[in-house]
Amino acid sequence: MTHAAQPLKRPLWTPGVLVMLVFMFAGAVAIIARFTGGIGYVTNLTNARPWGIWVGIDVATGVALAAGGFTTAALAHIFGRHYYEPVTRPALLTAVLGYTFVVIGLLVDIGRSWAIWKPMFYWNFNSVLFEVAMCVMIYLTVLYIEFLPIVAEQFKGRVNLPGILSGLNRLVDGFLQTADRILGKVMWVFIILGVVLSCMHQSSLGSLMLVAPTKLHPLWYTPILPLLFLTSAIAVGYPMVVFETTLATASFKLDSEVKILAPLTKITIFLLGFYMVLKIGDMGVRGTWIYLLDGTYQTNSFLVELLFGVMIPWIMLLFKPVRQSARGVFTAAALIVGGVVLNRVNVFIVGYRSPLTENGYFPAPSEILVTLGLIATLMFIYRVVVTYLPVLQAPKEVSS
Amino acid sequence: MQITRRHFFGVMGAAGASVAVRPPTGHAWQSKAPPDPFGCLVDLTRCVGCRKCEEACAEVNGLPEPERVNCQCTIFEKDRRPDHDAYTVVNRYYTGKVDEFDKPVPTYAKVQCMHCQDPACVSACIVGALTKDETGTVRYDVTRCIGCRYCMVACPFEIPAYEYHDPITPKVMKCTFCYDRISKQGGVPGCATICPTEAITFGRRETLLEVAKKRLKENPARYLPHIYGEKEVGGTSWMYLSGVPFEQVNLPALPETPSPKLSETVQHSLFTYLWSPILLFGVLGGLMAWFNKNDNPPDKGGA
Repeated sequence: MTHAAQPLKRPLWTPGVLVMLVFMFAGAVAIIARFTGGIGYVTNLTNARPWGIWVGIDVATGVALAAGGFTTAALAHIFGRHYYEPVTRPALLTAVLGYTFVVIGLLVDIGRSWAIWKPMFYWNFNSVLFEVAMCVMIYLTVLYIEFLPIVAEQFKGRVNLPGILSGLNRLVDGFLQTADRILGKVMWVFIILGVVLSCMHQSSLGSLMLVAPTKLHPLWYTPILPLLFLTSAIAVGYPMVVFETTLATASFKLDSEVKILAPLTKITIFLLGFYMVLKIGDMGVRGTWIYLLDGTYQTNSFLVELLFGVMIPWIMLLFKPVRQSARGVFTAAALIVGGVVLNRVNVFIVGYRSPLTENGYFPAPSEILVTLGLIATLMFIYRVVVTYLPVLQAPKEVSS
Repeated sequence: MQITRRHFFGVMGAAGASVAVRPPTGHAWQSKAPPDPFGCLVDLTRCVGCRKCEEACAEVNGLPEPERVNCQCTIFEKDRRPDHDAYTVVNRYYTGKVDEFDKPVPTYAKVQCMHCQDPACVSACIVGALTKDETGTVRYDVTRCIGCRYCMVACPFEIPAYEYHDPITPKVMKCTFCYDRISKQGGVPGCATICPTEAITFGRRETLLEVAKKRLKENPARYLPHIYGEKEVGGTSWMYLSGVPFEQVNLPALPETPSPKLSETVQHSLFTYLWSPILLFGVLGGLMAWFNKNDNPPDKGGA
C-alpha cells in the first residue's frame, strides 16, 4: 500500500530517445506533406478504401490499448483493491497520452481538420461515430482532470516558472492548490465517469462497422461486434499494463513489479476467457467457421488473431510457473496485446472488402511514417513525464 | 480477497450484460424513407453507351468535361468508377451474351449514387452533412462535413468519392440527383433529359416501379425478372432493368435489409435517454461506496 511514486530524475537524452527523435522528425515531415499535398499525396487511400492505418492503428488500436487506464482505475479505486495503486499512475499516463494521440491522429486523418469541432454543434444521434466522438472528447477531458493531482503533487507550493513567466507563479500555484483541494473531494465522480465513458465508446468502436454489413468479412461482422470490442478492451487492459510496466522498469532499471502484476494475470484468465468464449461461440452460432480453412489472407489473419492473440496466451496463463515468471507473464501479455492490435487492424483494414473494386490496400511509406512518428512522440512524452513527474514507483536499491 | 474478487467478476458480468441486453422500452426500428420520392429507372437493354449522360452531368454540376468525351470505344477498355471529377460514368461489359452471328454483345451500364431509401451514408454521417430529402435526393452539405469519410465506408455501392488531393478543404463528391432542377416543378436530371434512347426514365418511384413491371410483363424474354433497387438495401430511388445478371454489370448482390437497421437498433437500444450509462454509473457508484466503506478517505490523487 506504499504509494510512493517519484520523478525518475534520470538523464533524458539517452540513445533510445534520440532514435525516437529521428522517427518524430520523419513523421513531422510526412504530416507537413499531408497538409500541403493532401491525404492522397501521402497515403494509398482510395475511394474504395477510405480508411487505412491512421484509423485502424492510430485511432482504433490506440483507444483499445489505452484501456489499462479505466480497468486499473476500476480495480484499485472502485473495487477498492488499493494493492494495485502503484500501477494506476503509469496506466493513467498511458491513457492520457493514448487518447491525446488518438485525437492528433484523427486531426491528420480527417480531410477538414479545422472542422473537428463541428460534431459538438451538429448532432446525428443515428451515427455511431458521433457517439464515439462525444465519448472520446469527454473522456479525454476526464483523463486530464484525473491526471491533474499528479501535476499538483509535484509542483504545489514550489511553482517556479522561468524568466518572464515568473510573474504567473502565484496564479498557477493558486490554481494547482484549489484544483487539488476540490478534486480530492469529487474525484470519485470522474473515476466512475471515466469507466462509464470507456465502456460506451470501446463498445461503439465495434458498432462502427455494423452499418456496412456487406463490406466486412463475415468472420468479423457479427451483431455482437460491440460486445466483442468491449470485452477485448477490458481483457487487454491489464496485459497492457503488464506489458508497458515491464518495458518501463526494464528500460529504466527499476525494481521489477512482477509481484504486483502477477495477480493481474489471474484476473486476465477470466476476462480473456470470457472474450474467447464469446468469439468462438459467435463463430459457432453464425456458422462462420466454414471460412476458417479457405486459405485467404483474411482468414489466415483471423486464425493468427485467434490462436496467437487469444488462445495460446490464455492457455499459457493457466500454468502457475508461467504466471510466476517475469518472462512468462510478459510473453503472455505481449501476445494478448498483439492479438487485440491485430483484431482492430483486421476489423478496419484486413477484413474490409470493397464491394466492386479490387483493392489490395497496403499503407504508403509516408503513411507508415506518420503512424510511427506519432507513436515515437507518445513514447517521448511518456519518457519526459515520468522523468519529471511522480508516476513510476521510486527505485529502492538496485536489486536483482 | 476471494470474496472481493468474486464480487468483481460478478460486477463485470453484470456490466457486460446490462450493455448487451435491450431495454424493454426500446421500440422497433422504423424506416425513415420519404413517402413519395422521385427516382430514375435505368433500362440497360436500351443503353447504347453514347456517354451523353456523362457530358450532361458534368455540365449541369459544373464538373470538368468527361474524359475523352466523344470516345465510345477505347474509353471502355478500362472499368471506371465515379470519382471526384465525375458523378456518373458508363461502363461496357461483355457478359457472354452473343447475337445471332455468335458475336459478343456488349451491355452498357451507367453508375451513380443510387439515392437509397434508407441510406447508410446518411445514418453514418457524424454531423448530419448527408440528408435524405423529401424529393428522394441524398444531399450533401459541405459546410457541416469534417472529412471523416465514414459515409464512404458505409456505402454498399462504393459511390461517394473524395478530393484526396485537396489538403485543406476536400469535399465528398457524389451524384446530386440534380437537386436544384428536380426540386422545381417539372425539373428533370441532366442525364435523364439528354438520354437519346430513353434508357433513363425520371419520375415518381411508385410510378417507375409500375413502368418497370409493365416492361417485364410485356417483354419477358428481353429482361431478367428482377427490378434492381426495388428491394436492395430496403429500396433505392434509382432502379435498373437488365437482360444480363446484375452482378456482371457491377451492381452488387445486396440483402433486402436497410444497411443502417442493425447499427441504429443497437445504438438506440443502448443509449436512448442514456439509460445504460446512467445505470452503469449508479451501479459502479454503489459498488465504490461498498468496497471503500471501511477505508479512511483514500488519497484519490492521480487516480
